Amino acid sequence: MAIFSLAWKSLINRRFTALLTVVSIALSVALLVGVERLRTEARASFANTLSGTDLILGARSGPVQLLLYAVFRIGDATNNISWKSYQDIAAYPKVAWTVPISLGDSHRGFRVLGTTPAYFEHYRYARGRPLAIAEGRQFTDLYDAVLGAEVAEKLDYSIGDPIIVAHGASDVSFARHDDKPFRVVGILARTGTPVDRTVHVSLEAIEAIHIDWQSGAPIPGVSISAEQARGMDLTPKVITAALVGLKSKVATFRVQRFINDYPEEPLSAILPGVALSQLWDLIGVAENALLIVSVFVVVVGLFGMLTALLTSLNERRREMAILRSVGARPGHVFALIMGEAGFLTLLGVLFGLAFLYLLLLAGQPIVESRFGIFIEIGGLSPYEWILLGAVVAAGFLVGSIPSYRAYQLSLADGLSVRV
Amino acid sequence: MVIDVRELEFRWQPQAPTVLSIDALQVAPGECVFIKGPSGSGKSTLLSLLSGVTTAVAGTVRVMDQALERLAGVQRDHFRANHIGYIFQMFNLIPYLSVADNVMLPCRFSARRRARALARGNGLEAEARRLLRHLDMDHPDLHQRAVTTLSVGQQQRVAAARALMGSPELLIADEPTSSLDADRRESFIRLLFNECREVGATLIFVSHDASLERLFDRTVDLATTNRSAHAVTEA
Repeated sequence: MAIFSLAWKSLINRRFTALLTVVSIALSVALLVGVERLRTEARASFANTLSGTDLILGARSGPVQLLLYAVFRIGDATNNISWKSYQDIAAYPKVAWTVPISLGDSHRGFRVLGTTPAYFEHYRYARGRPLAIAEGRQFTDLYDAVLGAEVAEKLDYSIGDPIIVAHGASDVSFARHDDKPFRVVGILARTGTPVDRTVHVSLEAIEAIHIDWQSGAPIPGVSISAEQARGMDLTPKVITAALVGLKSKVATFRVQRFINDYPEEPLSAILPGVALSQLWDLIGVAENALLIVSVFVVVVGLFGMLTALLTSLNERRREMAILRSVGARPGHVFALIMGEAGFLTLLGVLFGLAFLYLLLLAGQPIVESRFGIFIEIGGLSPYEWILLGAVVAAGFLVGSIPSYRAYQLSLADGLSVRV
Repeated sequence: MVIDVRELEFRWQPQAPTVLSIDALQVAPGECVFIKGPSGSGKSTLLSLLSGVTTAVAGTVRVMDQALERLAGVQRDHFRANHIGYIFQMFNLIPYLSVADNVMLPCRFSARRRARALARGNGLEAEARRLLRHLDMDHPDLHQRAVTTLSVGQQQRVAAARALMGSPELLIADEPTSSLDADRRESFIRLLFNECREVGATLIFVSHDASLERLFDRTVDLATTNRSAHAVTEA
């Protein structure tokens, strides 16, 4: 329609302020959608801290607690599970694989985790990505240690460095396994999960360093050297937890019931995905705050447009009177301003999305390596469409204010123009 | 009659004093009428009524045999687009449109004037060019120039070309020469006359400059025609 080509030409005439308005809307839209994108990706990434594992086996406790110590290495297990129970469960027909986890020791604030090579094979994070070794190799010798990326970086370790494991979570000098030093043989690639903050050793090594210990202290008068320990039976008596993979996900609840009803020991099995999302609900409040803030940024951006349009109205009164004199209706004048507001909003949204996608493309590798959040660059999610729709609707709503004002002015002024 | 005003009463608000009361005012087709009167004699109000921006409180204003007060607001806007060309005192042009686009502006709002402009020759652009040439605006690169670079006299002539575009039956000029110097005034009015005669348009020319009076077919003095003239000061 004629009026929109006029609106366009008028806008081109005021391109500098129009551009500023578009830029402010674009930036706010990029922020809004960017925050929403990061929020969902962070949630997905968190929910995938551990993936590929169907059940986590532990002593009887709450799901979040088991998750916290088995996956996030936060807190301690209330109880261990016996090696025999673990073997029973591993032998259950529906179970495809199990990865035992033994916790309790630490190295300079980082948890030490005893496990088997199966850990490197079956541990998955962020939508099924396997652990990768950045440097060196997996542990093969009894006193080999494989470090998480953050441990190596913070403590500045490289392959071949010796490390001393301390008993318990705190590093105090009298409770150190300093008679049996470990050697760094591998460093894992960064995952953005608690794996980065873990020192991995073999299950046998955990047994070996505790062979002359009892009740959390060295047995007085007994000293078994590192070399002597190699010759002894290092089959663990207890472990802390185990990751369980099933042959078919259909069997998940059956196996879970089997574990929960295990007669010889009080055990529990949890579904990691469910427990992770329960945990996220606890800590995910900040993400909502972030989204609310970015919504307000969009509101500020639209108010910028409102200010620009209202300011321009006074100087455009003459323009409106001229248009009225050649037969434009007050409705045309309304459409002139509305068209401008709508166009600015739409352009802002488009530029904002373009800017965001550029930013995502550029920032994806950085975010992934720094924070372990893998951002998928796909189309817009339904929720993002709703957000964008809301921005456009708000743009038109905001635009209707100066449009109605212009409508009233053009009715009142008629053809008389006051300079 | 192109204009036929009878028993007209107008006030801006129901309680406000009457600003215009005219018993009768007729203008025949093709006439060039000079409307004079001091400030406050109701010139602007009369033009608002004739162009259908406002309507009579009592009595009737007929333009081209159409009683404007019987039309709804949108219909009056349509009527104005189709039948009336309007020239302001100054700042007639839309600053962001070229000279040619300004002249063609009425054709955006009136299909009738568009059709009439097209009927004259070879397209809107050519018709705009022809009108400008007739108004002594014959400069090859002028038509695409920004209107802000024109002198006041040139701007008024572009405005006249726009008012004449698509041959409307009635041309209303609201003190179009007040920003021109004395020797330019007459030449502008003569150009306007020529064009009005060529298309057979009726011209209503409002001014307080009595020196122009002699050029016109007829003069209407609002100071005497409007019985409420003495009672008000013009807004």
